[in-house]
Amino acid sequence: MAYVAVKGGEAAISNAHRWLAEDRRGDPAVPELGADQVREQLSLAVDRVMSEGSCYDRDLAALAVKQARGDLPEAIFLMRAYRTTLPRFGYAQPVETAAMAVRRRISAAFKDIPGGQVLGPTFDYTHRLLDFRLAADGMVPDAAVEAEEPQTYPMATIASVFDHEGLLESDVPSADTGEPFDLTREPMSFPAGRDQRLQALARGDEGFLLSLAYSSQRGWGNTHPLCAEIRLGEVAVAFVPDELGFAIEIGELTLTECHMISTGAAGMETAPQFARGYGLTFGHCERKAMSMAIVDRALRDAEEVEVAAPCQDQEFVLYHSDNVEASGFVQHLKLPHYVDFQADLQLIRRLRREWFDREAALKEAAE
Amino acid sequence: MPATPVVEAEPRKRWLSVLAKAKPAEVAAAWDGLAQQPGYRVLRAPEIGMVMVRGRAGGTGDAFNVGEMTVTRAAVRLETGVTGIGYVAGRDRRHAEIAAVVDAMMQSPDLRPLAEGIVDPLETAQLQRRDAAARKAAATKVDFFTMVRTRGPAA
Repeated sequence: MAYVAVKGGEAAISNAHRWLAEDRRGDPAVPELGADQVREQLSLAVDRVMSEGSCYDRDLAALAVKQARGDLPEAIFLMRAYRTTLPRFGYAQPVETAAMAVRRRISAAFKDIPGGQVLGPTFDYTHRLLDFRLAADGMVPDAAVEAEEPQTYPMATIASVFDHEGLLESDVPSADTGEPFDLTREPMSFPAGRDQRLQALARGDEGFLLSLAYSSQRGWGNTHPLCAEIRLGEVAVAFVPDELGFAIEIGELTLTECHMISTGAAGMETAPQFARGYGLTFGHCERKAMSMAIVDRALRDAEEVEVAAPCQDQEFVLYHSDNVEASGFVQHLKLPHYVDFQADLQLIRRLRREWFDREAALKEAAE
Repeated sequence: MPATPVVEAEPRKRWLSVLAKAKPAEVAAAWDGLAQQPGYRVLRAPEIGMVMVRGRAGGTGDAFNVGEMTVTRAAVRLETGVTGIGYVAGRDRRHAEIAAVVDAMMQSPDLRPLAEGIVDPLETAQLQRRDAAARKAAATKVDFFTMVRTRGPAA
């Protein structure tokens, strides 16, 4: 069969993109949305795009949200594409979340956590009633209340509180680990170590991880987690430039961290204790950090017990958690598949012909 | 040409941190407000790139890669021969270049008072922002109180 190259649609594509730009702008009588407004006023959309786009830059993420017309997976794709254009200077030193300048820190498991329950700027306990005052222009909210005494840092972590009793499994650096796995440099490989899993979860789709975490809570690989600690705040990033040979702080990031704990499958060799799951995201992505911690916990369970549910299966979780890959594979079906369809048509026509022939032969034999 | 004076790492870390954490607009305004700007040559033109941020499993365990952050770096040499570097989060080239010049000035005894006029107010502004956030956080701390319950007669 001769192969016929099909070209065309250039004008149609160009016109479609012009229409897209016009639609993006919306009604010209309404003032245009600035990327700075997105950055400041849709900050949680910006946080999600930085987190799953795997690139911390509030201005870029805001631009991506604007360009994608608020379609966050599309904005995440734009961030991932942009990051491939930049050189990498190197790896930062691990952030010290224990030293975080905490704006929010709660423990749902332990009421009396040292430092107290600090709610911070949260949707929790709001009534989820639409506030029509926000639809009116020019409303200036009351300034946040400032206490006489500032919160002091660092705040004790849940792990440090129970450390001396050994009630909580403690995470200590292993003696002989090399460089952590880097998904941006190496393909996914199995069995995946916890470093690879945590990186994949950190850039994974919030919706996918949320549903997996929910499935785990509902009994599909039950981890029965308790939320030991959530913290939101700012941490410094330290980096060793080649020119200096010692670490300097190159900036500050907003991070959300979550520790989930659950009573683990106790082995015979160690005393029973709570096992931990860990979540860490750029920006304020609390639902994501909690889901990540539950899924991390479930994946760790699979090191001990037989995989019985999707959330414990590392290949299932890690191969399907990236929304850029998932979206690409699902959405590529929109692109022309004329030849595949032609082949399928030929196959179906042949099968039908054979089926009718067989039916006719059977009928003839019966008569 | 005098060699770059040897400055101890600790004080240098402090001002490089302050310069990196400052807002680009604050840094530019402080530079523009300088009574006398020293002459310098750019050794490394401001370059935008990325640094991979790392976390630790469980907050304290083995390192893992979280995601990248944008960073701009620059290096300059003052007319006196002292070199300075700037590594700052974000993509603001001017921020990185000014940070590098101020780093070189801070290492030069005669230019240091001038440079401190930039670094110190930037640090004060950062501490004030940090303090304001810490006060807002403290205002949202939960005060638990126990409700006095009266038990009915034992059934």
